[in-house]
Amino acid sequence: MLIKTPSKSSINESQVTDESIYFQRRSLLKQMGFIGASGLLTSALTSKAQAGFFSDDVTEFKTQALKFKQDTKNQMLIRTPEKKVISHNNFYEFGSKKNQPIELSQAFKVDPWQLKISGECDNPITLDYDDLTKLFPLEERIYRLRCVEAWSMVIPWVGFSLASLIKKVSPNSRAKYIAFETLYDPKQMPGQANRRLGGGVKYPYVEGLRLDEAMNPLTLMSVGLYGKTLPPQNGAPIRLVVPWKYGFKSIKSIVGIKLVEHEPPTTWKQLASREYGFYANVNPNHDHPRWSQASERRITTGGLFSRNRIATLPFNGYGEEVGDLYKNMDLSKYY
Amino acid sequence: MNNKRKIFLLKVLIHISAFVPILNLYYQAYFDLLGVDPVEEVIHFTGIGAFNLLLISLLISPIAQKFKQGFLLQVRRLVGLYAFFYALLHLFNFLAFDIQFDIALFVSEILDRPYITIGMLAFTFLFLLAVTSISFFKRKMGKSWQKLHNVIYIIVLLVAVHFYWSVKSDLISPLFYFFLTSLLLGWRYKKIRQLLLQNST
Repeated sequence: MLIKTPSKSSINESQVTDESIYFQRRSLLKQMGFIGASGLLTSALTSKAQAGFFSDDVTEFKTQALKFKQDTKNQMLIRTPEKKVISHNNFYEFGSKKNQPIELSQAFKVDPWQLKISGECDNPITLDYDDLTKLFPLEERIYRLRCVEAWSMVIPWVGFSLASLIKKVSPNSRAKYIAFETLYDPKQMPGQANRRLGGGVKYPYVEGLRLDEAMNPLTLMSVGLYGKTLPPQNGAPIRLVVPWKYGFKSIKSIVGIKLVEHEPPTTWKQLASREYGFYANVNPNHDHPRWSQASERRITTGGLFSRNRIATLPFNGYGEEVGDLYKNMDLSKYY
Repeated sequence: MNNKRKIFLLKVLIHISAFVPILNLYYQAYFDLLGVDPVEEVIHFTGIGAFNLLLISLLISPIAQKFKQGFLLQVRRLVGLYAFFYALLHLFNFLAFDIQFDIALFVSEILDRPYITIGMLAFTFLFLLAVTSISFFKRKMGKSWQKLHNVIYIIVLLVAVHFYWSVKSDLISPLFYFFLTSLLLGWRYKKIRQLLLQNST
């Protein structure tokens, strides 16, 4: 197994790149070069397989290098390789199979983009594409991402706190919740146009947070990962990242943020409220009706025999930062 | 071409098309070439493969009857055994690579998750059919052999439910498989009705 010792150089390498996925994968292989002969053998085979995986006739989406402040606290976390982060996605707008979003989203247009923040606030604003990366100073946040399907990744996001965006619009006293909405554009998002591709989900995808959850410093508006702007399959140009909740809360390709008085509807709760609640906090003691949430498989490197099952932590290990939000709540009732 | 030769060639074809994909699957999974999450891939591939093979095994006798190709029945056991082999790998993948030999979790998952309970039940039946498919048992068991092997109709329904309950939201594929299952069972409605009547008296 690859134990990646994070070093300054490996970060810099990903910062300077403005490259197609083809080159990203080459740099990944270079980084892997030090792990020895067996590793090299695996790498060589990997690159061969990916040549077919990312077929060359597709024009790949262009990402751009971002300027940001490094996350110095979490460099010791073993990160999920970039190639895996961008090719294993639950983004049903581009197909409900995990390998479909990277295939079906490369022509997605993110510029021009409008993100409208409105509702119970004094200064509603609309952000344009350039505002997303320029209005607030960007910082790296290396977070664990725990999917409700019991797998997890570690991803270096780039973005800004949702709190700073909310402060900018000055919420009024009626603002208790935040409602988010993904772009609805069936022409660009084949999953919205075709029920079979879209997995039977009602579109547009909507999500929500309580205002205090949204104001928590951990809650991130992400505009990039691995030092570059987001590729479409990960929610370009801007998405939410709420690391102590199951991944489906972290809504992608957001066009609307509304401050509201009552708990807003959320897509998965509407679809199966017994299985997916509004809160969706990572909780090893509250099983999904159809599978255990007590443990998870961490996706890093390695094939079938990597022993990657680990215990799931309450609030995905962020209990210290967010536990107070739920002090007097019955978490098995508000799941 | 005589029937013996046809059967031989057909069996070779079945071995190639059922076994080679398995070798390829594990080769790719071992070297991390199988998408991002090889564990999920091997579980799904062997699961749906087992279901496909079950349905093919049920398709053989209708085709043999319709087109008067009785020799086809000679390969039914092989297809059924491959269905069992895939189901065995499906279960093994879950135990070894997904929950990674956490036996306590394995037991509680079987007991607590209806779709896994049903899958396990189907597997147990299939195991019995596979073991008794040996000619020795067929001779020894006489009439009760056929009775036991009629359980295949229950197995295929259990598997259809197992698939339906296991998916997160996309119900179209499981519903399509339900449709295929009911076509194959519908073809035998006379036989199945008779079996039901026998059991109720």
